[in-house]
Amino acid sequence: MTTPSTSTAESDDAVRLTGISRAYGAFTAVHPLDLAVPAGSFFALLGASGCGKTTTLRMIAGLETPSTGTVHLGGQDVTALPPYKRPVNTVFQNYALFPHLDVYENVAFGLRRRGIKSVRKQVGEMLDLVQLGPLARRRPHQLSGGQQQRVAVARALINRPKVLLLDEPLGALDLKLRRQMQLELKRIQTEVGITFVHVTHDQEEAMTMADTVAVMNAGRVEQMGAPADLYENPASTFVANFLGTSNLIEAEVTGAADGILRLTRAGQELTLPAARCRTGAAPGDRVLAGVRPEKITLVHGDDAEAVPAGRNRISGRITASSFIGVSTQYVVDSPVGPDLEVFVQNVERDTRLVPGAPVVLHWNPEHTFGLDAEQDIDAGLDAGSDTDTGSGSGHGGGAARGRTEPGTGPGDSTGSTDSTDSAEGAAV
Amino acid sequence: MRLIRRLRANLVVIAGVLALVYLIVPNLVVLAFSFNQPKGRFNYTWNHFSTDAWQHPCGVAGMCGSLTLSLKIAVYATVAATVLGTMTAFALARYRFRGRGATNMLIFLPMAMPEVVMGASLGTLFLNMRIQFGFWTILIAHIMFCLSFVVTAVKARVMSMDPRLEQAAQDLYATPAQTFLRVTLPLAAPGIAAGALLSFALSFDDYIITSFNAGNSVTFPMFVWGSAQRGTPVQVNVIGTAMFVIAVLLVLAGQLAGGRRKARG
Repeated sequence: MTTPSTSTAESDDAVRLTGISRAYGAFTAVHPLDLAVPAGSFFALLGASGCGKTTTLRMIAGLETPSTGTVHLGGQDVTALPPYKRPVNTVFQNYALFPHLDVYENVAFGLRRRGIKSVRKQVGEMLDLVQLGPLARRRPHQLSGGQQQRVAVARALINRPKVLLLDEPLGALDLKLRRQMQLELKRIQTEVGITFVHVTHDQEEAMTMADTVAVMNAGRVEQMGAPADLYENPASTFVANFLGTSNLIEAEVTGAADGILRLTRAGQELTLPAARCRTGAAPGDRVLAGVRPEKITLVHGDDAEAVPAGRNRISGRITASSFIGVSTQYVVDSPVGPDLEVFVQNVERDTRLVPGAPVVLHWNPEHTFGLDAEQDIDAGLDAGSDTDTGSGSGHGGGAARGRTEPGTGPGDSTGSTDSTDSAEGAAV
Repeated sequence: MRLIRRLRANLVVIAGVLALVYLIVPNLVVLAFSFNQPKGRFNYTWNHFSTDAWQHPCGVAGMCGSLTLSLKIAVYATVAATVLGTMTAFALARYRFRGRGATNMLIFLPMAMPEVVMGASLGTLFLNMRIQFGFWTILIAHIMFCLSFVVTAVKARVMSMDPRLEQAAQDLYATPAQTFLRVTLPLAAPGIAAGALLSFALSFDDYIITSFNAGNSVTFPMFVWGSAQRGTPVQVNVIGTAMFVIAVLLVLAGQLAGGRRKARG
């Protein structure tokens, strides 16, 4: 239990979890974790199903009793309070609307339970906010999924909770509606200024909506930060693979100077800014060098000479390509890995880039990140594959692996500059 | 040929109508014979039209007394079985406790066991306990067999209820008592109502178990059975028709209320 003095000291946080955990018998759903959600922010708990994110949310709501640790809401210790005494409200997965009450009464439920007699004005305003005024007398089963979802949001928001908890609120909607509701929720959050804690397994949803994302895996928070920061600087292979796609290449450190690490793998030289390496690396150590597929520029082998000096470069051969409209996704077999992924924006398409063509991949060394080689290089791959984000620019899908045995040397190098642009705008 | 084609096209409708006729004709016969003035003691052949029985429904000695007793027992048994059964159903559906499996099975027993066995053994039990047969023994017997029907109906309903609805109520500041009154009970209501209606109907027309435990008391089914030996009074048909009409009216009222609620949205 925390003393009251420390609670007031950090009352800026809408939610503060301290050493909170939940175990069911021998199974630990949530390992002791600390989490602080700043007031007024849109916070996302992201992870695959079964990672403990919903349990964490339910512990904030009071629907689940933590095995250890404390929950503070706005500086007040609520760990021992039952759900109906906590200043939070939840938008449940599948909404949990009361089927025996109409929309109006569903929305008025919280106000009435707190003994507020005249609810008409507030309910009317709230229904207007979610654009459901004309449907006030409908029953939940007479509404579409999107409408039900808005009733669930209105029913929770009308109570002006300190924190609004959202448990996979968009999971039951189809893709188009989901996009629309993402924007809608973001608009409502900006409008009412209430802290939102959003649980989702959809990495794209988390990145579009949240100011801060906490990536959870197996009951632990793997990494927390702004979406762009998580994407650009993943701290673990799980984050690198779960958020978008990464090419991870296991390489050996050959030298370190001036904040630059020199790496080698299968005769190919790579450089990595030491500041972007998450693990201490001395010559002889192994690290995972990662690069996002859209940072890579792909040129045909004939044009290899035109690749500027100072770029990280790898030679290979295209094994597969798929055209996705805004971009083309290539899979490249190379000495450092059998299926490196490259996303190329379709600005000017090089017709020579077909399966079987020799190619050179190159990218700015600044875009390389380094990870500890001790961890599972495939972590987060299965978890990420069930997110059907439907993204045209190529999020999700498998990451490229680089653990094959050393192959042949670099490819030949002739020809002129290629015409493809790197697709940095594709992600985030 | 055309006739056959038409028959084939409306096969489902025809089958449905026939089934309805099958169900309703006996009731219509009862209705018709309630306006009969029988020649002898037996009301089995049509003589001529009369409203005598409708004007003097209690004109037969002992009949209205037995009717009152049956209604009283049915109401008491329904209330007691519904309250007890609803609580049992919640316990069985919601909580894990020692003996839950056994209770689940035993609660079916009154439904599955032949009534005559049930009635006879209950009678023996009362006899050995030296309990005076009469109103209370009938009531106890009725509550017992109604209970299992209520438990079954309510349990099915409670099991299908989403536990998140109650969590949502709690999340929206409802105390446990408010949650039960405002969410749980209204949601379970259809199951409870079904159980109560079944109880009433079963208790009102039970003959077998009652006859073993009634002593000198005479319920309406016992009266009808007894009088059938000696000649049925037309008033029995009047009561039967009245019950049928009341039941139909209740169902209609229920459907109308439901329809209006839907139309309001």
